[in-house]
This record gives sequence, C-alpha cells and structure tokens, in this order.
Amino acid sequence: MKTTINGKEILLREEILEKNLLEFIREDLDLTGTKKGCEIEVCGACTILINNEAVTSCRKLVKDVVGKSVMTIEGFENEDGALHPLQQAFIDCGAIQCGYCTPGMVLTGHALLFKNNNPTREEIKEAITPVICRCTGYQQIVDAIENTAKFY
Amino acid sequence: MSERKGWRNDGYAKVTGRSRYADDMKFHNMLHAVPVYSDHVHAYIIKIDVSKAEQSEGVIRVITYKDVPGENRFGQIHKDYYMFAEDRIRGNGDVVALIVAKTREEAIEAIGKVTVEVEQLPLLLDPEEALKSDSILIHEEKKTNIVTHHKVRRGSVEEGFKNSDIILEREYKTQLIEHSYMEPESSVCIPRHDGVMEVFGSMQHPFSTRRFVATLLGKELSEVEVKGTPTGGGFGGKDDTAAIVCARTALAAMLTKHPVKMTYKREWSIKESYKRHPYKLNYKMGLDKSGKIKAVECRFLADAGNYTSVTPWVLWRSTVQCCGPYKVDNVKCDALGVHTNNIFTGAMRGFGSPQVNFAIESLIEEAAEMVGLSPMEIRKRNMVMQGDETITGQILENHTVNLSNVFEKVQTEIGFEEKLKKCSHGKSDTDELYGIGIAISYRGMSLGAEGKDYCSAIINAQPDGSVLLEAGVHENGQGLESAMLLILAEQLGIKKERIRYQCSSTSTIPDGGTTVASRGTIMGGGAITKAADNFKKLIAETLFETLDCTKEDFVFENDGVSISATGTFYTFEEIIQMMFSNKTYPYAFGLFQGPEVSWDEEVGKGNAYFTWVYGCQAVELTVDKVKGKVKLLNAVAAHDVGKAINEEMLLGQFYGGMVMGMGYALREEVKTKDGKVRSTNFHKYHLTRAKDVPDMKAIIVESVDPLSPSGAKGVGEPTNEIMAPAIANAIYNATGKRYYKLPIKIEL
Ligand code: FES
Ligand code: FES
Repeated sequence: MKTTINGKEILLREEILEKNLLEFIREDLDLTGTKKGCEIEVCGACTILINNEAVTSCRKLVKDVVGKSVMTIEGFENEDGALHPLQQAFIDCGAIQCGYCTPGMVLTGHALLFKNNNPTREEIKEAITPVICRCTGYQQIVDAIENTAKFY
Repeated sequence: MSERKGWRNDGYAKVTGRSRYADDMKFHNMLHAVPVYSDHVHAYIIKIDVSKAEQSEGVIRVITYKDVPGENRFGQIHKDYYMFAEDRIRGNGDVVALIVAKTREEAIEAIGKVTVEVEQLPLLLDPEEALKSDSILIHEEKKTNIVTHHKVRRGSVEEGFKNSDIILEREYKTQLIEHSYMEPESSVCIPRHDGVMEVFGSMQHPFSTRRFVATLLGKELSEVEVKGTPTGGGFGGKDDTAAIVCARTALAAMLTKHPVKMTYKREWSIKESYKRHPYKLNYKMGLDKSGKIKAVECRFLADAGNYTSVTPWVLWRSTVQCCGPYKVDNVKCDALGVHTNNIFTGAMRGFGSPQVNFAIESLIEEAAEMVGLSPMEIRKRNMVMQGDETITGQILENHTVNLSNVFEKVQTEIGFEEKLKKCSHGKSDTDELYGIGIAISYRGMSLGAEGKDYCSAIINAQPDGSVLLEAGVHENGQGLESAMLLILAEQLGIKKERIRYQCSSTSTIPDGGTTVASRGTIMGGGAITKAADNFKKLIAETLFETLDCTKEDFVFENDGVSISATGTFYTFEEIIQMMFSNKTYPYAFGLFQGPEVSWDEEVGKGNAYFTWVYGCQAVELTVDKVKGKVKLLNAVAAHDVGKAINEEMLLGQFYGGMVMGMGYALREEVKTKDGKVRSTNFHKYHLTRAKDVPDMKAIIVESVDPLSPSGAKGVGEPTNEIMAPAIANAIYNATGKRYYKLPIKIEL
C-alpha cells in the first residue's frame, strides 16, 4: 500500500496503517511543520492537504491516506526553496506572529484559492474559521489570502 | 508582488514550517516525561504509590517530591508553589508525580497506575468565604488567605460624596479566562557533560525559567543554560507554569542522565496553567451636576487561586488604574487577592487592567446618562490632559498626553456622533438591534513600581562587517527580535540585512527582566539604543586620529560613516576593518535603566510608572432580538505607540489584542465545577474565530517620548484592555440593557 506525501511515494507497511496520521507525519517522517494544538479536531493546527482539501490530521489514521496525495507545509514551497506567493504574502502582510497556526493557515488558504480564485473577504473568513489563531486577530491573514488570489 | 512590506527575521522559518519549537526537537536516546495529577481538589496526601507505574512497560523512572535535590517550593514573589505536591493537594492542577518512559505513549499509559491516598479537606471556592476569619486556610503558614491588599487613599471620599449631586453604586464581575496560546507547554532538557543542564522550551522568559530550574535541581544559576526557543504564543501565560514544566523536565533529565522531552496535551495545559484573575468589582461614584467626578470608592476582590504567582503585581496595576484615565480628587480603593482552591491566576495580557476598564468604562457611561451628558462629553470633562495629576499623585508632564487625540481620531474614523443617534435602544422594526460603543484608557508602561526595570543589549560586529545583536528580552512570537533588529539598523544607519539576532541564551547576556507588561520593545529597544551610542562612541574615539578628523565628525548613515568635516565616506566594512587593525573590538554593551518610579504602599501614592500610553477603541454591532446573538460589524482602535518600528507587526498587535478583547467580552470563560476545570479543551472553551471578526481599522498614533531612548512604547496590552467595555457600551446602546458580567450573555 502506498501514499504520496509531498510528491514522494511512500510504501506503507501493514503495521503502520492503524497509526495516528499526525504522529506518523511528525514522528516517523519528521515533518514537524504540521502542528499539534488540541488533538480533537477543533484548532486546525494539524491541517494538511489530502487531494487538495484542507483537513485536520490529528484524528486520522495512516490508512485514511492510502492511495491519496498528501501535502504538508514542507511540500508547499517551490523545489528550489523559493516561497509560494501565498507564503510570501503571509510575510508581507504581517500575517505571522508566533507562527504556530501558520502552516495550517497557509494550507487552508491554498485549498480555498485552489477552488475559488476570487473569494470575498467573508468567504475567506469562513474558510479559515476551522483554524484558530490566537495572535493575529485574523485580519492580516485574510489580507494575505485575498492579495494572493490573482496568482491562482 | 505585494505593496505590503511586512518583514520579520523568522518569517521564512515560520511560513515554511521550518521553525523548530520545543516539541519539534529530537535528541539521541531521548526519553519522554508526562505529569500525573490527582483526582482531588483539596486534601491531605497520605500516600503516593508509584510502584505499579514503575513496573509499567517502558517506564524508566517515576519522580515525586522525594526525588527533588533542591527546593521543591518556589515562586516569583512568594515561594508557595510546590513543583511536586508533598503533603497536601491545594488544587486539581497540582502535580503529584512525573513519569519518565522510553516513549510518550508508554509514559501516558502509566499515568493511571499512580495512586494517591488522601484525606479530603473542605473546599474553599468562593473568594468572599476566603476572607472570613473562620475560613479554612489554603496555606496555613501564611495565617490568612489574603495574598495581597493594595490601597489608594486620596483626598476624602466622604467629602467628595457630600459634594456630589449624583451617586451610583454598581457591582461588576469578570470571568476566569485561559491564555490559549496555540502551542501547549513543552520542554526538552539535556544534561551536558560539563554538568550544565541545557534547557529548551516554550516560555515567556528564559531567566525566569532558569530560576525555577536551578531552584528545583539545587544548581547554581551558571549551571543551567536556558536557550531561546521559538514560542508559540504566550500572552503572559508562559511564565510560571511553562518555567515549572521546564524545571520538572530538567529534573527528569538530571535523574535519568538522558535528554528528556515533556510536551503537554491541551487538557493538561488548561488544567494546570494559571489563568487571568476573575474579579468582583464594587464601585461607588459621585458626580456633580456638570458631570465632574467628585469621588470614587471601589473594592476589588480577585480570586488568586491556590498559589500566589504574580497576583500582588496584577492587583497593584488595578489599583493604580482604578479610576480609568480620569481625574478624581477623592479616591478610596481597596484591591484584594485571596487564595482559594481554584486554579491559580497570574499574568495575562492586560495584567489587571481589562477587569477594571470593563467596570469603569461601563460606569462612566451610566453616569453620563444620569447627568444628561453624551458619552463623549462626560469623558472630555474628566479625562487626563497634559500636566494633569493621576489619582496616585503623578503629574503627567514628561511625555505627550494624547488621550483626547486618540479619542477624537476614533470618533472621526467611525463616525461616532452620527451613528450614536441611530442606536436602537431596544427598539427596532427588524429583528436586529443596532448599537455603537466606545471606551478609552491610559496605561502605565512597563513594570512600574512593581519591579526593578532594567535591560541590556550587546552589539558584536564581525570582521566582515556583519553584526551580531543580542538583547535581554525574549521573543514570544510578537516579532520582538525583528523590532530589535530594526531599531539597531536605524541607530547605526546600516542595512538590517547585516544584523543577525543572536539566539539568546541565559549564559551569554545578563538578565533583562521578563517579557511582560508590554515592556519588550521599550526596554530592549532602550538597551539597544544605549549600546548603539556606546558602539558609535567607541568607533569615533578609536578612529578619529587614523581618519584625521575629530570625534564629533563621525556621522553613521547610508550603511557606513561619513566624516562631516571632509565629506569622505567609508563603508561599514571599511570602518569595522579599521577597528580590528587598531586592535579594538567593535563590541559594545548597553544598559537601559528605567527612570525612577516611586510608591507609598500605605496611601497608594507615587509616580507609579515612568511613562504612559493612551488608547481608544470603538465598535459597531447588532444584537439579534430573537436569538440574542451579537454580531460585530466594525471595530476601530487608536493607540499611542511612541514610535512605530515595524508597521505590519504593530498592526498585528492591534488586531490580535482587539480580537482577544472580543472573546473576553462575548464568549471566553473557563468553566469549573467543584474546583475542577470543565472547559478541558477548545471544544468547550470558545475562542474567537475568523468568521466572528469584523474588518477592523487600526490607527497608529506616534508621539515623542524622551523617556524611551528608541522612541518606541509598548502596545501589546493596551490593545487588549478596552474592547470589552466598548462592546458592553454598544450592547447597551443596542438593547437598552446594561450587562455587568463578562462574558456578556444576552438575555431577552
Ligand atoms: S491538533 Fe488537530 S485540530 Fe487541533
Ligand atoms: S500566529 Fe500565533 S496562533 Fe496564529
């Protein structure tokens, strides 16, 4: 059984299938950009993309991504390390403070723009509502996503 | 690509997920620790049995108070916190043991195998009860449950009330709230071969952590090195508890001689970490017919919970700011904090002001209505202006007092006067009631007479012209390092790209005091400005002969030095190389000592803070008549920031503070039952989410303040302290009903 993570195919051993997906990503794959905030699917810190949909990973199992394409924040920038326009916009708009929500926010913003490249501010707010940010008050995050729509 | 120019030195790391927070670190042979709580709230401990846990799969060691080589009791003010419970449980968050195992899962598995045999004690949960002479004592050796009692005695309130035409008496209540930093507590400790304990962790302040660690381990301060680690939010909440988590982890590392990691689950974090004090505030205010406040008498009762933490300092700020930013000649204030068996309370963004501002800014509007003045007019008639005296006798003269300025700016921006006329006051033809509300405040900067205020910085230029900077303040996620870099770049006239912020360590720079009280920028920036002055002086003194000019001719600009007499320009690299050729290190230390403050505890008089800032916020909202739901439509804030250092980050402080204030007003509350926290995670503790937030407008007001060397003042807390009363006032204007309790639950 296989899954694709950040563009790389990974073979999954039978005994790993029942493992918690977030643990697998953070501990086994050492992709620690995916954060852990609540472990009960209410904070969004552990958000990843599965087939381009933003979903939380803390209550999923490895078997839930068999045959699917997963992207974590580590797979989001260009291969040469250059930032994706959405990431750059987060920096430019001051959308980052402590940075703990940032990976989940960026991926959630991407999933929205991927589907809708001309969202209203209200639609952006609705889309990022599953992800809690305690620092920024959201406004600059909304700005960053709004400013990047033209790249999609 | 974008017109916005936000910048931070850790921006790339954070937006790519590369930033390594404590829980992201791994070391060879690393063990995992987890805390064990008892099921109890108040009880004598008869026996802690760890034998079964010790036998559990993967468990290496179970640690209790008996294993503590140093002092088990510590605290920033009173040493009343037990890092491991000994003979008594005083609250449900008390930790009785630590389990260290090969994996975290194995450690968690063993938690249930620790048993605690107890003899129950009666619960003390009501702060008023705690004051009674026959109340059970939480800390018997203190002989009282009173943690602190601050006073103001100014003029004569009896006289003041006698000369009043109108007297109002009101009671307000504020709730227990959780900081809700998104990153739970985490620490990794490594016993180094030279005997030093190396500590990484999510924390507010490395030096505070070092004190806790050294105390528990019985080590000298120099034997503990706390290294700056990215912190996933703090808001005042990562001082005591985060430091204690580091201390316990360090003990586990010391006893097992292995690197040990301990990362909290959210449930443990909420159960154990200190919160914002719930207050009961009783106010009596007297005014004359013209709306002038003649007297204020108030009493605050704060629930400190089972340990002191920084309760005396929090209550002190409430005392100093008890009348809001108003001139009052006759004041009597008593602010008390008491022990109970509830979860303890300590520092949180605002630090004793959000509670008081909610009360006083609600009260002033009720008073306005009674004397027939508008909310604007009553404030204008009473607010402090340049040269006025605060209620503690401090003359506001050494900085710009621009309260009326921020007040005007917000009114203009939001169109306050016009919109006030449109408020529903409980009546409307549709399902929605409309209201607008406003609130103002002033705030003493930094610690004030609460503590010793000083901070240092080190500038260390390298032979190639690059610069290492270090300051004794700690990045909490707010962008402090970036602000420090920008201040130095400006002071030296060099490109910011030359400068690297040295990953701070408690072993390389003196203690600069904790990152609280919005003091990071003002104190750290002050120290950097002093260091830059010394740096420039050193260069001029070393090189004036070589360059054939006088010391006064050196102008640091354009990424180098111009010699004013000759017009010659040297690049920064050239200057630095000349320094090394002169066998002189381009290295400077800077110390900023906060200007003198004073306080007389008996009467509550003195120059409480060396400088002040001023703010105003307004909000528009609707209340659904059927569902009682409040919808925020618009919010505007103006705050005096001294000098703006990094605009996007500053805006982030505004918005973040405002939104946290919205939660305080409308939804946040840690629910408890019989001393046990019921809001165990974010499904039961409701934070403000993106869809709850209106588009906001932030107005940055700059002013010159000779008392801040860098010109910058703090903004983190001011933005968080007046949203609740602005919302309460708007709800009143919408519904015609006053709410005296936070969070506001609309009753129809
Ligand atoms: S950690 Fe998964 S949603 Fe919070
Ligand atoms: S930046 Fe801190 S939680 Fe969003």
